[in-house]
Amino acid sequence: MPKTEAKISGARLMVELLEEYGVDIVFGYPGGAILPFYDELYKSTKIKHILVRHEQGAIHMAEGYARSTGKLGVCIATSGPGATNLVTGLTDAKLDSVPILAITGQVATNAIGTDAFQEADIYGITIPITKYNALIKSADEIARHFQEATLVALGGRPGPVLLDFPKDVQTELTSVRKADKLKIDPRHYQKPPIGGDLDSFAAALNKAKRPLLYVGGGAINANASKEIKELAEKGNIPVTTTLMGIGAFPGTHQLSVGMLGMHGTAYANKAVLECDYILNLGARFDDRVAKPGEFAENAVRAHIDIDTAEFNKRVSVDYLLHGDLKEVLKALIPKVNKVDRPDWVGFLDTLKKNHPLEFDDSTDTIKPQGFLQKLYEKSKGKAIVSTDVGQHQMWAAQYYLFEEANRWLTSGGLGTMGYGLPAAIGAKFGNPNKTVICVSGDGSIQMNIQELATIAMYKKGVKILIFNNNFLGMVRQWQELFYEERFSESEWNYNPDFVKLGEAYSIKGLRISNKSEIDNALEFFLEDDEARILEVMIPAEEKVFPMIPAGKSQKDMIEFSDTVRAGKK
Amino acid sequence: MKHILKILVNNHPGVMSHVSGLFTRRSYNIDSIAVGVTQDPEISNMVIVVKGDDSVVEQVKRQLLKLPDVIEVEDLAYHDCISRELVLVVVKVEDSNRTEIISICEVFQAKIADLTKTTMTIEFSGNTRQVEHFLEMMQKYGIQEIARTGQIALKYRST
Repeated sequence: MPKTEAKISGARLMVELLEEYGVDIVFGYPGGAILPFYDELYKSTKIKHILVRHEQGAIHMAEGYARSTGKLGVCIATSGPGATNLVTGLTDAKLDSVPILAITGQVATNAIGTDAFQEADIYGITIPITKYNALIKSADEIARHFQEATLVALGGRPGPVLLDFPKDVQTELTSVRKADKLKIDPRHYQKPPIGGDLDSFAAALNKAKRPLLYVGGGAINANASKEIKELAEKGNIPVTTTLMGIGAFPGTHQLSVGMLGMHGTAYANKAVLECDYILNLGARFDDRVAKPGEFAENAVRAHIDIDTAEFNKRVSVDYLLHGDLKEVLKALIPKVNKVDRPDWVGFLDTLKKNHPLEFDDSTDTIKPQGFLQKLYEKSKGKAIVSTDVGQHQMWAAQYYLFEEANRWLTSGGLGTMGYGLPAAIGAKFGNPNKTVICVSGDGSIQMNIQELATIAMYKKGVKILIFNNNFLGMVRQWQELFYEERFSESEWNYNPDFVKLGEAYSIKGLRISNKSEIDNALEFFLEDDEARILEVMIPAEEKVFPMIPAGKSQKDMIEFSDTVRAGKK
Repeated sequence: MKHILKILVNNHPGVMSHVSGLFTRRSYNIDSIAVGVTQDPEISNMVIVVKGDDSVVEQVKRQLLKLPDVIEVEDLAYHDCISRELVLVVVKVEDSNRTEIISICEVFQAKIADLTKTTMTIEFSGNTRQVEHFLEMMQKYGIQEIARTGQIALKYRST
């Protein structure tokens, strides 16, 4: 039986549970149905609440915080519209496996189902986009749901959870402060034992002449960077990462071939075609990377993942191991032979030399690629970089190199425009001493631009870089290449003056359009720990290369040099 | 190929949506679904019949096991489980064929649950093949309404 203690309100209990759990920061927006909780939060000395301007901002901040610190991200919203504004962020966190706890207010239990004011069935709405969710029906259930939710969010493959908290349950008194017995199976939160045959798995790797590691976001969630480096160096195995895996292996390492997939490097995609063994570490053969039936078709394919549902989901594999990536690699590495592979590594070095990332830098206009190279140099590769979605995201993935995990924050699976700015704010709250840069475009930034107010209010030194081409650049690129240049609704001439907009929030800004201005602009941008907006005007026709057209395979990659030959730059 | 999935789940509201939503979302077609509480009132047994090749069903199983409310998933092959479905069928009757229908029911060990001057409501249970066969026999008398439960199943204990 649960211990009997003095009774406290459900809202008080929720705040105490968050405190006990070690949550010291939450992102949210108050409203009628969550007021009892906010009233208790007001009294808390341990939890800092960050007031956002839109609930979508709150959840992306929680994501940025979670991904840059490795901790649970917590966001709060009221019922109805507050709760539904979290939907995009929950879906984003589900697809990118980010541990998020969302607490939403709900109308009182006796009003549920009556279409009451600000009522939405957020439990029902979020079933497919959360790892776990619950409607709390009585204050006695809070402790159990809280424990289950936090365990599930961080356990196994991480993900978002949601607790829907009716107003009368927030005020109801309870003495149940600890979960008596959890209803969920331990498999949802305990580390799984290693499943599969390690010996035959290692034997296949040892037989390979041209092996390749294909590293995904799971490697970062498993904190397996050290082991991946050890495995790569011991077997002299080149490493490519997915968009989500960037930072899991040092981008400047000799064995790194950068990102693969739709906008991956030519050498990474060629390595996929040439390898005779590909080892997937915590990636999911996503459709921007792998075409079923054609991905590394001549190679032996192997996969290590914590989520068994990812095995053979899109691409069938010959060998698989189930478990926590770090633990599996620790067990696997001693069985892997120490080998030099001068031919294979040398072959890739030649590929890197002959098929580098390329762009035309012959004019005075600013090329985003060259700009990002400079940004990388000036920030010494030490910044936390968040991005929105589009061309700027791919250029950043290509040209900014990361030595460490948890420094690259991008919406990979869902491709959420509007992610970058709030994610950067969340990351800055989690890492006050690091430089945090949001790389965005003129389209993306306007999807959550109201969070400039949050930056101003808390005086957070977030650096905002906006590549402005007065277009939805990636949409334009597809329209140019695949829709005979019919730029349907991708051009816009009604951008605000981003610098003046920043000034309205007391954020200093600068706009540049000539290459000669870059150095000074970067100095201004990075000089101190204050927020800055840097608007960089770029040519609308600039494209992201290499490119594998959607639904095609590595064999169909278009390189920059191909377009130059075809007279299209 | 048909598979019978026996799924043990926590018995509380919303679990059915979680499970069936998973099928809808991934466009796996459910042939039938039957749910009932087990000997433990906190646990329900769901029996879902799905069509799909082995790899699809394997994927379904793994996805199901990711749901916190799912306790256990078992894929019962047709030959090693005992399965039953209950059907209530209303057929038109006339004086001339009433005895004929009653004697067919006797052969099938079906029960007559309700009788009027013009209709007969018959209760029949058996495995899916038997139910199909029985309904086929009733077809010629004119079926007015059907209610089927979907299959329930348990593994054979004898070896």
